[in-house]
Amino acid sequence: MIGRVVVALLVGFMTLPTVVVVIASFNPTAILSFPPAGLSLRWYENALTYSQFHRAAVNSLIVTGASALLALPVGTAAALALVRRPLRARGFWSAMLLSPLIIPGVAVGLGFLILAARFGLLVNHVVLIAAHTVLVLPFVIRSVAVSAANVDPQLERAAASLGARPWRVFRRVTLPLLRPGLFAALLFAVIVSANEFVVSLFISTRVTEILPVAMFTYVVNYTDPTMAALSTLFIAATFVVVFLADRVLRLSRILRIEDHR
Amino acid sequence: MILLLPAVGVMVLLAIALAALLQFSVLEFIPGSLRTGGLTTRNLEAVLKPQYLRYIWDTVVLSALTTVLTLVASYPVAYALARSRSAKLRSLLLVLTLAPFFTGAIVRTYAWMLVLGTTFIPWPVKLLFEPAGVLIGLVHFSMPTMILILAAAISHIDRTYEHAAASLGARPWRVFRRVTLPLSMPGVASGSLVVFAWTFSAFPTPELLGGGRVKMIANVVKDLALDAFNWPGSAAFAAVALAVTFLLLAVVTRALARAGGAAA
Repeated sequence: MIGRVVVALLVGFMTLPTVVVVIASFNPTAILSFPPAGLSLRWYENALTYSQFHRAAVNSLIVTGASALLALPVGTAAALALVRRPLRARGFWSAMLLSPLIIPGVAVGLGFLILAARFGLLVNHVVLIAAHTVLVLPFVIRSVAVSAANVDPQLERAAASLGARPWRVFRRVTLPLLRPGLFAALLFAVIVSANEFVVSLFISTRVTEILPVAMFTYVVNYTDPTMAALSTLFIAATFVVVFLADRVLRLSRILRIEDHR
Repeated sequence: MILLLPAVGVMVLLAIALAALLQFSVLEFIPGSLRTGGLTTRNLEAVLKPQYLRYIWDTVVLSALTTVLTLVASYPVAYALARSRSAKLRSLLLVLTLAPFFTGAIVRTYAWMLVLGTTFIPWPVKLLFEPAGVLIGLVHFSMPTMILILAAAISHIDRTYEHAAASLGARPWRVFRRVTLPLSMPGVASGSLVVFAWTFSAFPTPELLGGGRVKMIANVVKDLALDAFNWPGSAAFAAVALAVTFLLLAVVTRALARAGGAAA
């Protein structure tokens, strides 16, 4: 009983900011008050009509789309190599490919900034796309690797013994069996890239900045609840995605929280 | 092997960027210019000056406190997530745990600015732009990661050990303390080190909740690079963060390799 109360309180702590943001987003006045003096959608209107957010949303689409498209095939190939093929120094390769997970964002950001400045690349999205590809690759590799480890090699051998060429075996047997991992990889890639902030802050300009960077700039400069409205839209979208993912993919399996009953 | 090449190519890009960073950390800063002078150790020496050493010390203290508090706050949730009998409850806990993980740093940090300000809740002590507020934000930020690592570790424990202890007369709390907790130690160790390493280079939380009054290493890196345009000085600080992270990683890998035998 005490245990349940503790868990409920802790989960309450985790969800408290979300609740406050949603309430604040409907606040009618620029200066927040609680309880709110009424309900208003004006901050939603503000968030959806602010031109810098429009530009940043388009940038986000470009950067996230391109980096996910690059990271998915590259990461899938790497995951197959790590899990399915005989490989020397497997530990070294996997540590190297997963390293972006732990390297400090400011170091990655400043490093890419120095490189970009040297080659005059800050004017377009190239450096952002490159950096995002680096950052989402570990998530793609991990998701696909979990799926790949579960593929029974017998099925591929059976297809091959029936005369299928390697590419055909891959396309007709391996790829369909990897589908849950590929979906999870795409999901992670999109979510991680769409939310990436620290590295992007270093390598974007007012013209190329993605949504999280534009939101950061807004928070630093303005205090009205426009950000609360935009955050609420973000949170709603995330909840839908996570809920659907849990339904379709059984997230607990991917995250290796096993069920022993 | 050919399959690995494209991914290795992408990582080489990262390696080049980090090499450029390390190179800048030993080049002379020319004020008012993005060009650099000759080799110098001045940037790295500046890191150890008292006014900067303070930020490194604050970073270490905040990271250590965050790790301990996150561990204590996450264990009960992880235990419920791994052990609850109701599949619905587990699913709900998982979604609630993962949602903040997926909402992104800016939204979460902005949300804490609202919570820690005094408009919604009349806090008796000032929290926003104070170390305590930054600490709360950091713990909240680290909890999903810690919960997932702990839940995975707890769910891998063979329940027959617990049943055996219980059948020999141990009360639930004793079973937990003498059997479950020790067996979940590999998760506790790896979760703590991951959280410490991540907090050590935390940026958005101290930036927004610290309001310039509380600064960690990453905030100094950003101030020097993007506000003062002192890229060499900034690179020196980033190099320190990088070195600490790799040192911790080496410790984690060793500890896990040693614990691996016992946990398997």
